[in-house]
Amino acid sequence: MDVLTENWSLYGDGLLGTVELTGYASLLALGLGILMAAFRVAPVGSLRVIGATWVNVLRNTPLTLLFFAVLLGMPRFGVQLPFTTFAVLALGCYTSAFICEAVRSGINTVPVGQGEAARSLGMTFEQTLGTVVLPQAFRSVIPPIGSTLIALAKNSAIAGSFSVTELLGVYRPLNELGYSIIWSFVWIAAGYLIVTLTISLIFNLLEKYWGVAR
Amino acid sequence: MTTTALYDIPGPRTRRRHLAYGLASTAAIIGLVAWIVYRLVDTDQFEAVKWRPFQYEGIQELLLEGLGNTLKAFAIAAGLALALGAVLATGRLSDFRVVRWVSTLVVEFFRAMPVLVMIFFVFVALEVKPLPALVAGLTLYNGSVLAEVFRAGVNSVERGQREAAYSLGMRKTQVMTYILVPQGVRAMLPAVISQLVVTLKDTSLGFLITYEEFLHAGKLIASNLDYDLPFIPVVLVISPIYIGMCMLLSWFANWVAKRQRRSVKTEAVEVARPEPGTLLPGGPQP
Repeated sequence: MDVLTENWSLYGDGLLGTVELTGYASLLALGLGILMAAFRVAPVGSLRVIGATWVNVLRNTPLTLLFFAVLLGMPRFGVQLPFTTFAVLALGCYTSAFICEAVRSGINTVPVGQGEAARSLGMTFEQTLGTVVLPQAFRSVIPPIGSTLIALAKNSAIAGSFSVTELLGVYRPLNELGYSIIWSFVWIAAGYLIVTLTISLIFNLLEKYWGVAR
Repeated sequence: MTTTALYDIPGPRTRRRHLAYGLASTAAIIGLVAWIVYRLVDTDQFEAVKWRPFQYEGIQELLLEGLGNTLKAFAIAAGLALALGAVLATGRLSDFRVVRWVSTLVVEFFRAMPVLVMIFFVFVALEVKPLPALVAGLTLYNGSVLAEVFRAGVNSVERGQREAAYSLGMRKTQVMTYILVPQGVRAMLPAVISQLVVTLKDTSLGFLITYEEFLHAGKLIASNLDYDLPFIPVVLVISPIYIGMCMLLSWFANWVAKRQRRSVKTEAVEVARPEPGTLLPGGPQP
């Protein structure tokens, strides 16, 4: 029980590391994911191929392998960045594939008639997309994006094993200091629950304000 | 061409413009690939010394053994997860409130925890050997997710089926085993297989607790100074195999799903793909 009160800073740093990693990687994943979703529904064939390849390869890559390739392989490739940046890259790219699929399925849920009606009113492509299709698509993808980001937060634990400051990595110094392992894990678990519950709370609120009433 | 809400079927001028965009993006991708290849050559990744280890029989055997261990962990974890999923799903569908609550609690807790935390907990705190620790973590997590898939599958069977069965005087167990589960299995099979892809991918977490699986074998080769630390060659050799295995299984899931959609018997039912662990009540899953 004392393990938490005596090691506030250790746990705090770990939690902060996880939050930071999750935050940056989420931004990257959302940006790349929406871009790839746009590619996948684009009228240009080669863009669709790029999007599909990106999604299919990344969705079938074990995240540990991706971390291995990025964190240990990239420096050999001549790219020198801090480990945290590498971890954000790996996590963000991996998650972007799942975001892409969520967004794409959201765009597909918008009835074709909506776009047709918009065009028949004389709207341009940008207007159709921006004022008719995307807002509707966005509203229906809030829950899947939320659970994808929760998965991202959980996946960030892998970064801890590649010497990135992060919540799971906290167990190592505690173990060496001779604290009860079970209790140190209980607080680590609690930390992850705080992070995932916060994300789920945020997305529940978003869902309440913007979600489609069914 | 499939219709979409986003744009009309393009006319001749638009088609020409799209062709130009297509060519430009293709050129950009080719440029990127060329730059990567150039970087690889520039950092001497294709030097003979870095690729030499793959010629040795001992190293090939090491890789094969790693692959075997990966598949072994996957097979055990998949089997146990399916069993645990069945048990938990039965619990969640139980008529007894206590059983329902306990299984809900178990399912929600293990879905909310990172798999790696569970694996590390079993490995470090309970001091279990790597393979059982890996299998235990994967089983708990995937079992919980599968329980939700099973439950959704059973619930996706039309109400009339269960009502008819009850009206024939069947007991709940009979309704389940004769009517609901056989029909539910068809609907949830694609979702179950895609969850198995997740299990296969997650076996690579064994690498982090020194289980001697595929990636571990790769790391052993990659950190050998005699071959000038061939990290990139190892990644180039290992990734296609790993990604290929997972793609094969994903493709199988898609194939099954497509076949299901064609079949008259399962026409109306479709079970949502397993979400990667969620606490969101508003999600697509019932």
